[in-house]
Amino acid sequence: MTTIEAPRHDILDTTATGDNYLTHSRGFLSWALTLDHKRIGVMYLVAVLGSFLLGGVFALLLRTELLTPGRTFVDADTYNQFFTLHGAIMVFLVIIPSIPAALGNFVLPIMLGAKDVAFPRLNLASFYLWIGGALFTLYSLAVGGFDTGWTFYTPYSTTTTTGGVIPVLMGVFILGFSSIFTGLNFIVTIHKLRPPGMTWFRMPLFLWALYSTALIQVLATPVLAITLCLLIVERTLNIGIFNPTMGGDPVLYQHFFWFYSHPAVYIMIVPGMGIISEIIAVHAHRHIFGYRFIAYSSVAIAMFSFIVWGHHMFTSGQSGLMNTIFSLISFSVAIPSAVKTFNWVVTLYKGTISLTAPMMYGLAFLFLFTIGGLTGLHCATLATDVHLHDTYFVVAHFHYVMMGSALIAMIGGLHHWWPKMTGRMYHEGTAIAACVLVFIGFNLTFFTQFMLGSQGMPRRYYDYQPEFQTYHVISTIGAYVMAVGFVTTAVCLIQSLISGKRAPANPWGGASLEWQCASPPRHDNFEHQPTVGDCYNFAPVVWDEKLQGYVVDRALDTDMPHASHGSHSHGGGHS
Amino acid sequence: MSHASSAVEGQRPGHGDAHGHAHSAEHAKYSFLAHHFETPAQQFDSAKLGMWLFLATEVLFFGALFVGYAVLRSRFPEVFSYASHYLDTVMGGINTGVLILSSLTMALGVYFAQRGKKLALIICLWLTMAGAAGFLVIKYFEYSHKIHAHLVWGPTFYIPPHDEANAAANLGQAPVAPTTAAAAVAVVPIAGTPAVDASVIRPANAGPAGISPSAADHSLAATGDIIPHEMPEAHLADPAMPPNTHLFFAIYYAMTGLHGIHVVIGMVVIGMLIYRATRGDFGPNYYTPVDLVGLYWHIVDLVWIFLFPLFYLIH
Repeated sequence: MTTIEAPRHDILDTTATGDNYLTHSRGFLSWALTLDHKRIGVMYLVAVLGSFLLGGVFALLLRTELLTPGRTFVDADTYNQFFTLHGAIMVFLVIIPSIPAALGNFVLPIMLGAKDVAFPRLNLASFYLWIGGALFTLYSLAVGGFDTGWTFYTPYSTTTTTGGVIPVLMGVFILGFSSIFTGLNFIVTIHKLRPPGMTWFRMPLFLWALYSTALIQVLATPVLAITLCLLIVERTLNIGIFNPTMGGDPVLYQHFFWFYSHPAVYIMIVPGMGIISEIIAVHAHRHIFGYRFIAYSSVAIAMFSFIVWGHHMFTSGQSGLMNTIFSLISFSVAIPSAVKTFNWVVTLYKGTISLTAPMMYGLAFLFLFTIGGLTGLHCATLATDVHLHDTYFVVAHFHYVMMGSALIAMIGGLHHWWPKMTGRMYHEGTAIAACVLVFIGFNLTFFTQFMLGSQGMPRRYYDYQPEFQTYHVISTIGAYVMAVGFVTTAVCLIQSLISGKRAPANPWGGASLEWQCASPPRHDNFEHQPTVGDCYNFAPVVWDEKLQGYVVDRALDTDMPHASHGSHSHGGGHS
Repeated sequence: MSHASSAVEGQRPGHGDAHGHAHSAEHAKYSFLAHHFETPAQQFDSAKLGMWLFLATEVLFFGALFVGYAVLRSRFPEVFSYASHYLDTVMGGINTGVLILSSLTMALGVYFAQRGKKLALIICLWLTMAGAAGFLVIKYFEYSHKIHAHLVWGPTFYIPPHDEANAAANLGQAPVAPTTAAAAVAVVPIAGTPAVDASVIRPANAGPAGISPSAADHSLAATGDIIPHEMPEAHLADPAMPPNTHLFFAIYYAMTGLHGIHVVIGMVVIGMLIYRATRGDFGPNYYTPVDLVGLYWHIVDLVWIFLFPLFYLIH
């Protein structure tokens, strides 16, 4: 190892004894009224993981009910509420805010080299909007729950007698604004708060992903908001716009809903893809392959996301021409998705792979996302979709993408940045074992559902033919295995807070800016403005025995000024 | 955008190692400069970009309603050309003028704020406020006239009040009455509408609210004998009224109502500006809030400029 006397700010920043954002101020109010993006990120994280537990409990309850045909332990109406709550909580309270609002809030300004997001007060307001939305959702449970499915389709949602429909609609409306303001904040931050040297093509790919996500959040969510308003007005004042007996059009509701909710699928997956780009490159210690292609493909997915919503409505009586067009465009989404996947795989090729817990989640993502993505093509094919529509095949497909990909990436990112957020290392072996359990459990749960769906088992049904029972039992056992895996993860992470060893500033060997500040970071992130280089050039990242972590030696960084050209030629080779 | 931001970066004097310290020279000079910005220009540009993005969300927020309008109008063109006659073009036209004038005073307010003319700014803000209030007053007269004539949304549109007392009672319960009445007439096909699967798909069951006796009376009246010459409501006596005319008023109230809410929000933020302007917060160095509220107020006007011809001028 060479010792260099060049400025090594990163080492100065690693003094764990100094002031950090966790110890900067104390007391409940110092958290409740904080404008620090890191603390807001941590509060989001706690809130989102709490909701994840709640949504997970409903998942286990509904899987348990499906162990046997007919009644297992609850009646059909309760079962309807179970799957509705599972869906609504997981979509609106967990997955949509999980990566951008929790991890993104913490990481984005640090990765960018900024002191905070552009609008810190708006950031805190977003968090309290989230809390407000969550409270409305819980309130809806207290006043009778709701059984509409998370999609709130009319006319059922305007006629059902469950009392919690309007509160949950208001809750989702408020959550939507939380999401809009987070996205708005991120876009402005990335445009206006990049320090000198941080050009667009020096940004880590996670930031490109968050930027693309933010575009969708800002442009799609208002349509959901107005749709929910119309639904509330429809239910209370009976204006008839979605009511066919009054000349209205229930299919118009579906168009409005999916104009948001299809892009929302990409709000969930695109930031997950960004995390995977970081994890794969850092833990394989190899320059990401095709940087520009991955960056542009995030933006491309964001653009495509707005023009494919009709594929949710192939059986709604939409015209054949529209079906064909939507089917064609839906296929095109496979292109940027495949560009990413190929680039990740090529990055692994001849890399120096460390099989850490984040990397395990990264590999699990590659496997699960490939299955989830490719089965999406079955659903985008018009003739097959008529057979698969509203069956367990669709359920399995979107769980592979939303859970197997987005949530797995989120958990992977949580492990990746956990040392940075908490300053503690978790027990690697336990975390990997938990990851393996989740992976096995996940595939048991949802691969069987592909079989169920292709054999004709409809989604959302309480009862089923006895011939489906074997699959249902395997699926339920898989859900239990997954639950054990997640509980193990929780134990592992909580245990690290109590007795984990102190984390170095750079435990994995990352080259992006968040690894150049202390773990946990200072209140204002950086003691000195960090030098911006190619965040995927791992040549200057060397192991320091004394610190038990990596340091970035810019003196070893020979090709820094030409970094973006290097990645460009990689990308060119790919095309 | 990256060009704009690098231009801003270019203006930063002495940027570099000073970044890490809490208060640079810029921060000492400008008390309004937040700690995470380097220069007032950067802070202003960020705020302005944020506002434009927010306006983009507003456009999409209204956009869905415009799509709803387009769908309904393409499905029932006769309803729109017929029902548009019931809107008061003179009042709508005056309101358009009032809003455009208030946009002018708002723009002048920004102009005076940039030049540090405090009194002129305050006068302009008050004039804008007056324009907003005037708009709402005129809108109130329009709405109340229509509600008296039963030009409303939903099944109530077809329910004639037998006398003034009944009508008043019906109006008194404004938000509840239409709902409960709707429940009662749920299975009755609305005047002239072919009974499209009315038995299969029922309209709202009115949620938790029960059916009040008076509302039930109204619905009985609706289903009972309809004697055209006894009705004060022109549209009910008109045999030429096309089916589903209520939908025009549903989308009319939805869109103008949402616009009205935005006008009210505009009045609140303009009121906050007046407070801050009187306190002397704004000057050539710092007028960001005036600028941003100005942008908001212009988009509120712009929405109305689309609403006015789409509802009032289509016959």
